Amino acid sequence: MGTRNPQLNSNGELHHLLSTEGLPKAVIERILSTADSFINVAEREVKSVPLLRGKSVFNLFFENSTRTRTTFEIAARRLSADVFNLDIIRSSAAKGESLLDTIDNLSAMQADMFVVRHAASGAPYLIAQHVKPHIHVINAGDGRHAHPTQGLLDMYTIRHYKKEFTNLTVAIVGDILHSRVARSDIHALTTLGVPDVRAVGPLTLLPAGLEEMGLRVFTKLEEGIKGADVIIMLRLQNERMKGALLPSAQEYFAYYGLTPEKLALAKPDAIVMHPGPMNRGVEIDSRVADGASAVILPQVTFGIAVRMAALSIAASSSRMQ
Amino acid sequence: MKIVIARGRVIDPASGLDRVSDVCITDNRLTAVGERPKDFHPDRTIDANGLIVAPGLVDLCARLMEPGSEGALKVEMQAALAGGVTGVVCPPDTDPPLDEPGLVRMLRQTSRASAGARTYPLGALTTGLKGDALAEIKTLYETGCVAFMQTGSLPHDNSVLLQAMRYAKTFDLPLWLRPVEDTLAGSGVAAAGPVAGRLGLPSIPVVAETVALQTIFELQRASGARLHICRLSSAAGIELVRRAKQEGLPVTADVGIHHVHLIDVDIGYFDARFRLDPPLRSARDRDAIVAGLADGTIDAICSDHAPVGDDDKHLPFGEATPGATALETLLPLTLKWASENKVPLVTALARVTSRPAEILGEDTGRLTVGAKADIVVFDPDAHWRVTPDVLKSAGKNTPFAGYELLGRARYTLVGGDVRLGG
Repeated sequence: MGTRNPQLNSNGELHHLLSTEGLPKAVIERILSTADSFINVAEREVKSVPLLRGKSVFNLFFENSTRTRTTFEIAARRLSADVFNLDIIRSSAAKGESLLDTIDNLSAMQADMFVVRHAASGAPYLIAQHVKPHIHVINAGDGRHAHPTQGLLDMYTIRHYKKEFTNLTVAIVGDILHSRVARSDIHALTTLGVPDVRAVGPLTLLPAGLEEMGLRVFTKLEEGIKGADVIIMLRLQNERMKGALLPSAQEYFAYYGLTPEKLALAKPDAIVMHPGPMNRGVEIDSRVADGASAVILPQVTFGIAVRMAALSIAASSSRMQ
Repeated sequence: MKIVIARGRVIDPASGLDRVSDVCITDNRLTAVGERPKDFHPDRTIDANGLIVAPGLVDLCARLMEPGSEGALKVEMQAALAGGVTGVVCPPDTDPPLDEPGLVRMLRQTSRASAGARTYPLGALTTGLKGDALAEIKTLYETGCVAFMQTGSLPHDNSVLLQAMRYAKTFDLPLWLRPVEDTLAGSGVAAAGPVAGRLGLPSIPVVAETVALQTIFELQRASGARLHICRLSSAAGIELVRRAKQEGLPVTADVGIHHVHLIDVDIGYFDARFRLDPPLRSARDRDAIVAGLADGTIDAICSDHAPVGDDDKHLPFGEATPGATALETLLPLTLKWASENKVPLVTALARVTSRPAEILGEDTGRLTVGAKADIVVFDPDAHWRVTPDVLKSAGKNTPFAGYELLGRARYTLVGGDVRLGG
């Protein structure tokens, strides 16, 4: 029932990047090693390579995110692509145009690649199934489902600091229920062979099925990060405080905020990651965010190289069959 | 007009009959089943050799889109006849909702003029289906509504539900309810579980169904109303219905045909054709549905037909309109369930013929002398592929699109009138 992996073409090459789920280990490793070669581009006099010269990359953000859009724009420009940013919220969608009509219109403008951010889980899949076979779709975040380039840059960061995956304990802490980053990290970590992936949070923020995805579930932060090599803190959005999921930011911080005292329970050389933007004093104490264990800013730098790798690898695949 | 349906395998679930014989029809009623009387001289002979002759299907839920879109009903009626469906219960969630006698009269007129299946309108239980004030249900009943339904979810206010049950009990009118507790279902679009968790889809927990059923049964104990539970989806929900029946509560229940076959895993990569209401649940829930059908906890299977167009389906999963076209697949999918689970045909067909007719209190769904001649003659071995051009319904979206199915109606008779295969 349509269960063929829609990201890969018939040669098994990455054609669309939609999710880290179902992404073969070899493909992930290729993206990470290709990113290595782009890390230095930023330090050169001329900060670009001609891999996407003459290609048109459309950034389609149906949901606001200046930060993510900018990193994709930088990545595409460093690959010498022509980049077009479309602020869909204020244009066609507001006029009632359907998602696929918008895609058809932009395809007619000779797009080669769509970078899509959408509030509905699965929207990039719909687009990928709809576009002509030469067009590539990169998921820049869909609903609660996936944010694969963030997941991959997290893997790049972990590999940079820890070298190997197969001996690690990784704790993902916070609002996993609403987090596309968490889902993308989980699939990438398990594919890369991390033996101990943990989900830590109150039961209201943990989705069903984490055990089936290969995770150990902890409701106490102290137990969940004990002995961890990597701690991934998730952003807690303010709107989560409005309903019955959590009583307050203060209570959340008291039990799930990462403080230096709690961090001391992890391995001495543990790294602390965060996809940003951070809520200081809600999920993370400033002393941790600015401390020696935090690798939050390097994540951003690596993100450009990883996105360059993902865009260039997808663009080099043959047509979708 | 005299018709004989000759030498078919006649299956009548109501009486348990299953043998090759003739069926004789005089005008609109059955006049003989078995040996053809010597003095019966038919005007028309339908050769049913190698075919199955059964009561026409009685579908407890199919949306014919009227009122709402003019001319739609006629098209959907062709789908019903093509599917061997001779009786269609129309839920009141039309536009506007069926909460006024004038609308019901209009629907019945349009339906009669379409020369399709019989329609059984369900009246809205509350005005505008808003869940706060009772519709004129006794008047609606006199106009032709067979029962009264609150679609979507239960009324927010339990006192409205309790009073509705008491008022209905006053006139012995049956209520049809969807066991959905709205505040727990929220804006969910898929069943709570590993699949929704992985896909990041907002989910509907099983407790949305079980809490609703507990409420329904408590209020039923207090009021004594006759109830029909529409579209069960979970193992836990089925267990509650089983216990309510054991206790002796006057309750019946149905499931949609898709839930007999499909589970949440089938959603695959956000395939919006699998966006249904209630959502598809786990394999365990599906197995409980199959078991509930076998032991009679679930009385009937309906199509839950909804002709959803491409504009409303070619959307991200959560934004797509729930529902699928199913009038034409109800019979083959019922046969598929029977053959996969080794359910005798006579038992399987009861779930789409005699039991739903009994729930409606209708004189159809059985092949006994004197009954209305609503009959389907179908070829159980006919292969057909579910494609948009084959489907008569305006709705072409179904989870079974592209599937090869077995079983196709050859003749559909409504009140002795040959409306398919004429």
